[in-house]
Amino acid sequence: MNGAQTMSQTETMVLNLGPQHPSTHGVLRVVVELEGELIVKADPDIGYLHRGIEKMCEFRTYHQCLPLTDRIDYLAGSANNLGFVLAVEKLLGVEVPKRCQYIRVMIAELTRISSHLFWLGTHGHDLGAMTPLFYAFREREKLMDLFEMVWGGRLFPCYFRIGGLAADLPEGFTDQVWEFVETFPKKIEDYENLLTYNRIWIARTKGVGVMTPDEVLDWGWSGPMARGSGVDWDLRRDNPYSRYEDFDFVVPLGSNGDTYDRYLVRMEEMRQSNRIVRQVLENLPAGDINVADPRVALPPKERVYNNIEALINHFLIIEEGIIPPVGEVYQAIEAPKGELGFYIASDGTGHPLRVKIRAPSFANLAALGKLAKGRLLADLIALIGTMDIVLADVDR
Amino acid sequence: MGLEEHLGNNVLTTTLEKLVDWGRKNSLWPCTFGLACCAIEMIVTAANRFDIARFGMEAFRASPRQADLMIVAGTVTKKMVPAVVRIYEQMTEPKWVIAMGACASSGGIFDSYAVVQGIDLYLPVDVYVPGCPPRPEGLLYGILKLHEQILKDPFLTKQYRERVQARQEAA
Amino acid sequence: MSAAVEKVQAQFPDEIVEIYEFRGDTTIIIKPEKIVEICTLLRDDRETSFRYLSSVAAVDYLPASPRFAVVYHLYSHRYKNRVALKAFLEDDAYPSIHSVVPVWSAANWHERECYDLMGIQFRGHPDLRRILTPAECEAYFPLRKEIPVRGL
Repeated sequence: MNGAQTMSQTETMVLNLGPQHPSTHGVLRVVVELEGELIVKADPDIGYLHRGIEKMCEFRTYHQCLPLTDRIDYLAGSANNLGFVLAVEKLLGVEVPKRCQYIRVMIAELTRISSHLFWLGTHGHDLGAMTPLFYAFREREKLMDLFEMVWGGRLFPCYFRIGGLAADLPEGFTDQVWEFVETFPKKIEDYENLLTYNRIWIARTKGVGVMTPDEVLDWGWSGPMARGSGVDWDLRRDNPYSRYEDFDFVVPLGSNGDTYDRYLVRMEEMRQSNRIVRQVLENLPAGDINVADPRVALPPKERVYNNIEALINHFLIIEEGIIPPVGEVYQAIEAPKGELGFYIASDGTGHPLRVKIRAPSFANLAALGKLAKGRLLADLIALIGTMDIVLADVDR
Repeated sequence: MGLEEHLGNNVLTTTLEKLVDWGRKNSLWPCTFGLACCAIEMIVTAANRFDIARFGMEAFRASPRQADLMIVAGTVTKKMVPAVVRIYEQMTEPKWVIAMGACASSGGIFDSYAVVQGIDLYLPVDVYVPGCPPRPEGLLYGILKLHEQILKDPFLTKQYRERVQARQEAA
Repeated sequence: MSAAVEKVQAQFPDEIVEIYEFRGDTTIIIKPEKIVEICTLLRDDRETSFRYLSSVAAVDYLPASPRFAVVYHLYSHRYKNRVALKAFLEDDAYPSIHSVVPVWSAANWHERECYDLMGIQFRGHPDLRRILTPAECEAYFPLRKEIPVRGL
């Protein structure tokens, strides 16, 4: 008061978010340095769900790796299976019959819808909107019923096999899928009525987590994260696999690259997936589901019981597994979270030399530190939700 | 566990114990401890179709201080163990643990350098629910088994504390 | 893709060890010294335009020597094609290569993972530390071939 100066010092506060926290989708730890509510620095700490899947694959035959791949992105088990199976088939140089490819497309798209429904429920729940969770899970349960008809479980299929499928679709399945496909677009409208023009939702998501298209490519973002920023890229259309080129669908794009646009992109993707499933149902061909190559796929049971060669082939595949040639391949698919790639190096034995899983959530999460800087703490939760990360995908 | 300790072990308090246990089992509040894939089935159990709210358990508390049941849902990695144990210790008595899924019970299919082969190496587990992941009905069955246990024996947590202490001394 | 192969052959002919195609994928095996320059060329040249790094993988070819290889998978949005760059690292005991974080920011976490699991040192990486494995794995690199699946 008589000219004495008081130095006020401000310090940043370090807050540890996780690994157990209601809003993180799994065991993610973010060490956040805060100045009041503003984030100065956010450093994600991962590895709390690192299970050593890549190492375990080296000690198994290619077929035995399939259940491990289910559990990489546990919300979209079939997508992981598809990526692995396509990579091994590429390594072997075999192509599966048309019916098998169409069924794979149908299951992959239904899985995409299931994954996006879960994302919608949890992202909304994190930001305070509890109702969409219950609506979305209602449809997701119908999908789980469909999946249970096909492969007996709910989450982990292991239905796609190297060289084909485990078994053909059960009777009555296509009718049930028709029912779902007919009613689903109305349900998406229900979700949009709750959120899209909701002032609170817009306030919490518009302008949060903006990435320009150049930054998207630089940081290796893929899938809806990239499309939300306007990067027109979809592996199903640009580098098609499993006969996606036969189907007609629109790739939705955002313009601002913020959380709101990514939300709109994912909602539209659900509609487009529904459209693809409808096209599959309309054009599903009859035929074999497994490739006819005896070194790759199990021969049909009637032949195994009656023909000695088929019996020998059956034994060899079960005992030794498939033996691909020496070589390395990389196969990427458009998983619900982004580009899921499998780099498989084979040394000519029944066990892979190296299986590297290029996980989309791992690459997407790397940019969290950059996005969170200068935002409010509450925006960090919105960012984690919009990235749609699955920690098993990040950590493997 | 204040009530039982204060009143002692006589006929009047037996009925009171039963009442308290009935209250406890009817509103077990789980602590959100979803680690991996089993967490999805746990969340689905809390959602519309399988509705864990009919058992009074829809209040998943994030803070361990307010929870009395820890459902360890998912693979426990070695990196995660200190956090799991710390959360368990922060929970107030009486507390129970359900090991949901194959990974929490025994490591599951992940027998590797980074995975703990069962959470019962570090925590006293009351109910093991097998499955990969267990169906929501399976988890609910495990929870009902836990309800039976709670009704039967009020001093569960003290017994288990002694048991885990014995295990730690043996290790 | 042949445009990538031509560009690298034109500008860095001495760095190429082998080029091969397998099942439609092109792999260019290069020497590790000039990795940053080659990557910068492939990213900036308009006829290749590999502005996106899909992944960085480390492979252990024990008992062959050289033992370690780092494989970069690049994707071009303009031409919708891929190329793989592979570099064998000379030193088996202390494998190291220059980091490509200056070229693509995405390489940051991919390289940290390769370091964590395989022990490859990335010179010039801004923040090379463990990312996935627990503290118990401090003493060894789990994905190397001599380590059993249950660890040490």
